[in-house]
Formats: sequence, structure tokens, C-alpha cells
Amino acid sequence: MIEGLAAIYIFLLAGFTGYEIIARVPVILHTPLMSGSNFVHGIVLVGAMYALGIAETTTEQVIGFFAVLLAAGNAVGGYVVTERMLEMFKSSNKPRESAGG
Amino acid sequence: MGLVIDASYLAAAILFIVGLKRMSSPVTARRGIVWAGLGMLLATLVTFGTPELLENEHFVTNLSLILAGIAAGGGYAWISGKRVAMTDMPQMIAMYNGMGGGAAATIAAVELLKASEAGGGAEAYLGPDVAILAILGALIGTISFSGSIIAWAKLDGRLQLSRLLPGQHIVNALLALVLLAFSVMLYFTADLTAISIFFGLALVLGVFITVPVGGADMPVIISLFNALTGLAVGFEGYVLGNAAMIIAGIVVGSAGSLLTHLMAVAMNRSVANVFFAGVGTGPASTDSGPGEMKEIQAQDAGILMAFAGQAIIIPGYGMAVAQAQHKIWELVQLLVERGVTVKFAIHPVAGRMPGHMNVLLAEAGVPYDMIYDMEDINADFSNATVALVIGANDVVNPSAKTDTASPLYGMPILDAMDADNVIVIKRGRGAGFSGVENPLFFADNTRMLFGDGQKAASELIQAVKEL
Repeated sequence: MIEGLAAIYIFLLAGFTGYEIIARVPVILHTPLMSGSNFVHGIVLVGAMYALGIAETTTEQVIGFFAVLLAAGNAVGGYVVTERMLEMFKSSNKPRESAGG
Repeated sequence: MGLVIDASYLAAAILFIVGLKRMSSPVTARRGIVWAGLGMLLATLVTFGTPELLENEHFVTNLSLILAGIAAGGGYAWISGKRVAMTDMPQMIAMYNGMGGGAAATIAAVELLKASEAGGGAEAYLGPDVAILAILGALIGTISFSGSIIAWAKLDGRLQLSRLLPGQHIVNALLALVLLAFSVMLYFTADLTAISIFFGLALVLGVFITVPVGGADMPVIISLFNALTGLAVGFEGYVLGNAAMIIAGIVVGSAGSLLTHLMAVAMNRSVANVFFAGVGTGPASTDSGPGEMKEIQAQDAGILMAFAGQAIIIPGYGMAVAQAQHKIWELVQLLVERGVTVKFAIHPVAGRMPGHMNVLLAEAGVPYDMIYDMEDINADFSNATVALVIGANDVVNPSAKTDTASPLYGMPILDAMDADNVIVIKRGRGAGFSGVENPLFFADNTRMLFGDGQKAASELIQAVKEL
């Protein structure tokens, strides 16, 4: 379990990391990056699996099932769409050092 | 086993960050998603080995349900994600994002239900810090869920509604206050009725927030919901004590917030403004008749382009709808063979999302060194013989610079009007997506080539080939 100050550290550092990743991104990659980050929060699947896995009652099982269903959609859909988008980033020339930044 | 799982979650979080970092450069972007994908796979696999899952008395039932849920949800997303046309990507992102928000909210719902069964409030069952984040995550996740579904429906053309109630913003504010009251109530006494009303109202608020948002602002809203889902996932990660969820969720929450801000800035609007005033919903300033549109035939337009020194192409959503990017690239290749310098000019919010046009042009095979951002190309327009506008409208609307009464006023635009000639490929004479009239179309150096983008491009190709 992560508690107290340690949790605040994690929240802060993760926040800075996210900011840092986006701060210098060329516009060309905004949509794929939004899609990629959409995939990354698909990690909610892990939590959904846990919630369903420890379910004791039928109600919890039903709700947990929906959580897994939705989360799997997020993760898989996010991956497929992002991959398809990035698949297109092939240059006919050799990739130059920077793209339109 | 616990240590292995925790270490794997940490590794997954690092893989996500490395993956996202790689996705932020065009050269490494394609491998970035693979890194992140590996992280997801690792985290998912080790979760099956969680001791609490294995020791649960309903282990077999629950495991079957987990596998069924992954198969059904993942299967649906796999098929829809593979099938969707490139032009419809934005709404699919909205849909998958909504699913993530819904998942985070349902995880919170399970915790709140347990608190309710224990007979007390969330605080008594979960402790104060966990209770607050669980309730906040539930609220944010639910709003993101219903809001994203509405965004999907609007972009997919399934929902044309843009106004629900008079004084919508006041209703929304009141609703938000009521929700806040319910949140506090759940903290102290989580009974089943209160939980149900809480989630019901949060769903309604998500709908109410999204319905009035103008179509041009949709990318900003989707990006905002993406950030919100990230936050909700991070909060629920804290509730479950899961490091991977906390780190990944908060990284997305902060990256998404910044991205939302960048998008809003590119349109010269604040995020608050996007919520509280839809473009084109106010009365448009149509004080003076702007004059006549002047038509041009494809053949003449083709000749004009073939003998141009420099041609700049400005694509917009119309090109996406018409799937004209391949034809346009074919045209460009013909022009380049004839010695014309061709550049693509991309407005930061062309299409329905930043980078939307870049993706489509990349799909058609346009090398990205022919594609220029607004700041890099605006000075070139005065040297261009022809500016070809295909399916773009608001992003070349000069009233954004000149007309203080225009809802677009202040938005940076591509200075297409500075070119010697402007050719506009457009389906009809109507106003743009924002509903604002575009004086460029009536300018003396502008000629209109009416027709579907793909058909018009084919005719231009024909015209250039016949020379």
C-alpha cells in the first residue's frame, strides 16, 4: 500500500513527467499522442480485474464485469487506433532530424 | 509473488513513460506504442497472479468473468478499431476514452457498495484519504464516461442536438453543487439510494456539459475528457494501492491537461470559454452583403496550378470527409514533376483534431518534410502563385484578424489571402463549421471550385495531365 507523503511524491512526480512529455511536441503528433495517452490510461484494466477478482456478491460481480469489459475496450481500442495512426508516419525520404517543429 | 507483481507494475509504469516519450518524436513514434503495449501486457498478465484473486472463494467464477469481459470488451474494440476509417479516428478515441472513464467509475462503485454493505460511510470503511479520492474518481470518471459518449455521438453524426435547456450553464452549475453535496454525503453515509442518485446525476452532468459544445471545439473537449479519465484512473489506483495505475493515470492527467490547453490556445480560446460559449451559437454579424463568389472550372484551375511557381495547399476537414488525400497527393506529384514548388500548410486545429491532417496526409504517402506548420509557412503565402484551399474554412477566415465582432476574432489563421490566387474547393456555398461567413470566399483574388473534394481533385489531375 502506498500512503501519505509517498503517495504525494508519486502524484507530483508523475504530474511533472506528463507535463515534460507533452511540453515540446510538434503539432504533427498531437492526435497520435492523445490517442497514445488514451491507451495508457487503459491500465485501469488492471484495477478492474482486481475489483472483479475479489468480488464476493453477485452485485459486485456484475459491476466488476462491466468494469473489466469497459477497461478492456479502452486498452485494446486505444492500442489498435494508435498503432494504425503511427503506422502512417513513414516518410518517403529519409526521416529528417526535425519535422515541422 | 507480491514483490514480483509490484515490480512488474513499476516496470509497466516505466514502459508507459518511455513509450509516451518516444511517441513525442516522429522518428521514434512508431516504436513508442509497442513499448507502452508491452507494459500493458506485462501488467495484465501478472494481475492474474494476485494472491487476493487466487484466494477468493469465487475464484473460478470470477476468473471466467474476467476472461469473458476481456474477450468481449477487447474483441469489440479490436474489431471496431481495425475497421474504422482514418477520418473517424477522433470519435473512436472519444469512445475508448469514455470506456476507460466508465471503468474507473465502476471500480469506485464497487468500493462504495462495499462501504454501504458495511453500514457506514465511505470514510468509515476506506479511511479519509482513500474515501475522498474514491468519490472524486467516481465523479470524474462518470462525467468523462457520459461526456465522451455524447462527444462520440456528435462527431459520428448520430446526435445533432446542440441545445437542451435554457440557461444550461446555470443548470449545470446547480447540478455540480448538488453533486458536491452528494459527494460529502457519501463520505459520511453511503446508502444505496444516495450512491445511485450520485452516479445518475454525474451521468446527466456529463451529457449536459458536452451537448452545447460546438463542433469545432470537440477536440478540446475530447482531450479534456482524456485528461479527466487519466486523473480518475490515478485516483482509483490510489484506492486500490496500485502503483501502475497511479503513475500512468496521473501522467496522462497532466499530459492531457497540457495538451488540452495547447489546443485551446491554438484556437485563441480558453478552456473555460469552450465550455461556456459555443462558437456560432450567438447571432453572427451579417451586417453587409459580402458580394459575389466567383466560380472557376477545374480545367482553368488546373492550368493556373501547373504554371505556378509556388503552390501552397491548405487541407481541412472537407478533405478528410471526401477522402481526397490520395488524389491530392497524386496531383501534387504531377505538379512537382512540372517544376512547381508545392507545400502543405497545416493549421494547428485543421480538421477535428490537432495533427488530424498530418495523419491523413501521411496515410496518402506525403513525406512530412513537405508539411509545414502555420508559423513556418505564413510568410510564404505572399510569394505563392496559388493557394489551394481544400475543405478548410474557418482556419483561413480573415475576419479572425479584422472583424472584432466575429466569434473567430483573435484566432491565428493561415494567410491564404496573401497569395496571388486563391482556389477554394468547397462542396456548397454555406458557411463553415463554426457557422461564420468567410470573406475570403468573396475576395477578388479568390475563385471557387465547387464540388466534392475527391471529384474536384480528380478533375484537376485530369486538367494537369492534358496539358
